[in-house]
Amino acid sequence: MRLISQIGEWFDARLQIAADLRETMDHPVPKSAASWFYVFGSGALVIFGLQVVTGILLALLYVPSAGEAWNSLQALNHNVTMGWFLRGMHGWGSNFMVAIVLLHMVQVFLFGAYKFPRELTWVVGICLLLMTLGMAFTGQVLRFDQDAYWGLGIGASIASRVPIMGPQIVHLMLGGPIIAGATLSRFFALHVFVIPGTLIGLVGLHLLMVLKLGINEWPMPGRVVRRATYLKEYKELVHNDGEPFVPYAIWKDVFFAGILIACVVLCAAYFGPFGPTGRPDPTNIQAIPRPDYFFLWLYALLALLPPEMETPALLIGPVVVLGGLLLMPFFFGEGEKSWKRRPVAVISVLLIAVALGTFTHLSSYTPWSPIMDAWSGDPIPPSDLAHRSALERQGALVFQQKQCHNCHSLGNEGGMRGPALDSVATRLTQDQLIRQVIQGGGNMPAYGKNLSPAQTTALVAFLETLRPEGQAPARNAALADEGTASAPASAATPKK
Amino acid sequence: MSDQNSLSRRAALTKIAFAFNAVVGAVLAVPVIGYLLSPMVRARKNGYSSWFALGDVTKFPAGQTRLATYRNPISNAWDGQTADIACWVRNIDGSQFQVFAVNCAHLGCPVRWFPQSGLFMCPCHGGAYYEDGSRASGPPERGLFTYNHKIEKGELWIDAGSLPTPGGSAFNILNNGKRCA
Repeated sequence: MRLISQIGEWFDARLQIAADLRETMDHPVPKSAASWFYVFGSGALVIFGLQVVTGILLALLYVPSAGEAWNSLQALNHNVTMGWFLRGMHGWGSNFMVAIVLLHMVQVFLFGAYKFPRELTWVVGICLLLMTLGMAFTGQVLRFDQDAYWGLGIGASIASRVPIMGPQIVHLMLGGPIIAGATLSRFFALHVFVIPGTLIGLVGLHLLMVLKLGINEWPMPGRVVRRATYLKEYKELVHNDGEPFVPYAIWKDVFFAGILIACVVLCAAYFGPFGPTGRPDPTNIQAIPRPDYFFLWLYALLALLPPEMETPALLIGPVVVLGGLLLMPFFFGEGEKSWKRRPVAVISVLLIAVALGTFTHLSSYTPWSPIMDAWSGDPIPPSDLAHRSALERQGALVFQQKQCHNCHSLGNEGGMRGPALDSVATRLTQDQLIRQVIQGGGNMPAYGKNLSPAQTTALVAFLETLRPEGQAPARNAALADEGTASAPASAATPKK
Repeated sequence: MSDQNSLSRRAALTKIAFAFNAVVGAVLAVPVIGYLLSPMVRARKNGYSSWFALGDVTKFPAGQTRLATYRNPISNAWDGQTADIACWVRNIDGSQFQVFAVNCAHLGCPVRWFPQSGLFMCPCHGGAYYEDGSRASGPPERGLFTYNHKIEKGELWIDAGSLPTPGGSAFNILNNGKRCA
């Protein structure tokens, strides 16, 4: 024991660090801040450390070359001892990191921790969020598979919409005319050097400010932040009702760190690594690219925005959101901290969470996209043929052949791009059906050029049979007499 | 010499030293920025597209739309498969052609040709195009990107080489006037 302390003293005589370390460990925190709600920040730091370690381990084998990256990932998955597990750790670690950073942000927001004097801590935190998302996106690119390749294409397409500079930005981003070797190399440099380096610097700054300004106290309704008095009040609070950070508060952080790492290990061991999916081969157009889960909401948004709103939303939206987040502490730097007295804050968080959750959920089954494996080769379901005339059966064949199923479902089978057609005959009359098929409209392509008159007649005859039993077909109210006369007749009434 | 004088002399020397470093930094910045911006500069000076043959015209039967692949004219040895690019070739009537990029005009996903329904469909956000490349439905604001093409000695040539993107002005011009070189 004596020897260890002597060695320690020898080093400290040269490093001069023990006093600062002790001060850091002993810095008083409000008793109320030693809460399970205050573990997310340190949790994010722990996961970041884990990512650095697993990232370095992967870099020992990964080849950042467009021609070889995919093969090296396959080798990591299958040929290298525990390579699959480390890829799993890094992939799951990134998911956990995004999630924990977001949780940390929500907690800080709801606890009013961004208010005076911690405005700059919040601003640096927003930069850290951006860096985290940057790591997530560049990391997805390094998993150089189909998703990465087409994801880069989507990134380039978004960047190209910047006025005037768009095409130049694309060339800068890709490092050349196409997504290729230079693109992967620069994303490797970003993911491994530039962003992590910035992250480490900003984390240091973030932590330094937490230490210097003290951790945010548990917000009490009615305890209002005022610039003139807050610092004095906080000093008194810490003096009267404070405890040293070590060991009073740190044990929860340490526990949480263990839980987090254990969760990442379990996920990596149980679910395994992410991908790589198919080779990054642009000539394989059977790809159905999908982003990683933290960008799924964006995937949905890009499909659902009206076309003319998309470019403004893509270019102005991030500026507005980012500007709002960065400026928020300067406009709301004083006042109530407690979420119990800040209904707008709570509703905003809930609204954003529900919106992001809904978009993410929608992205899990992409109702806006036609289903790409056409049904044209499959046999026609018997239910589409039973109790139908020859003409209607011919129509069912046309329906199957012309890929109507890609967008329209019948009996719960088929795409969701267009409406389900199980009861289309109750909504559209024969004339309307013909018009819709031939001219399209309401987001449906026109099939006029692609169907012969005989095919159209058969298809519409088939569509006219699609209504639940007991429900009358749609009729043209303007032709009242004819309507009452012919409504109950078979849906397959011959024309004229 | 008084203390004050020597201090101000040192302060002046410090300023000169910083100014000297600023000059060195500025000179150093020129090659570094040039290096970083080289993909942009090259695009403006030489352009990235060039003419090359896609293959014999007979590979593309009249009235059909077929996938053609080519090695990008500008590529590096380490690009691997990523420099193999695909495009859709439509032979309208045996003499007239259209060559489309596979990249959706919305956000660049690969569109697939469905001959039965005569549509190009995109798997990402639901864009659809007619056989002539014009927009049919979905989020794209325009038709498919087309490449300039020509037929020489029985071979189909196209002018291509860079990733088409919605903001790329060159492609907008191409799509309006389907001119042949």
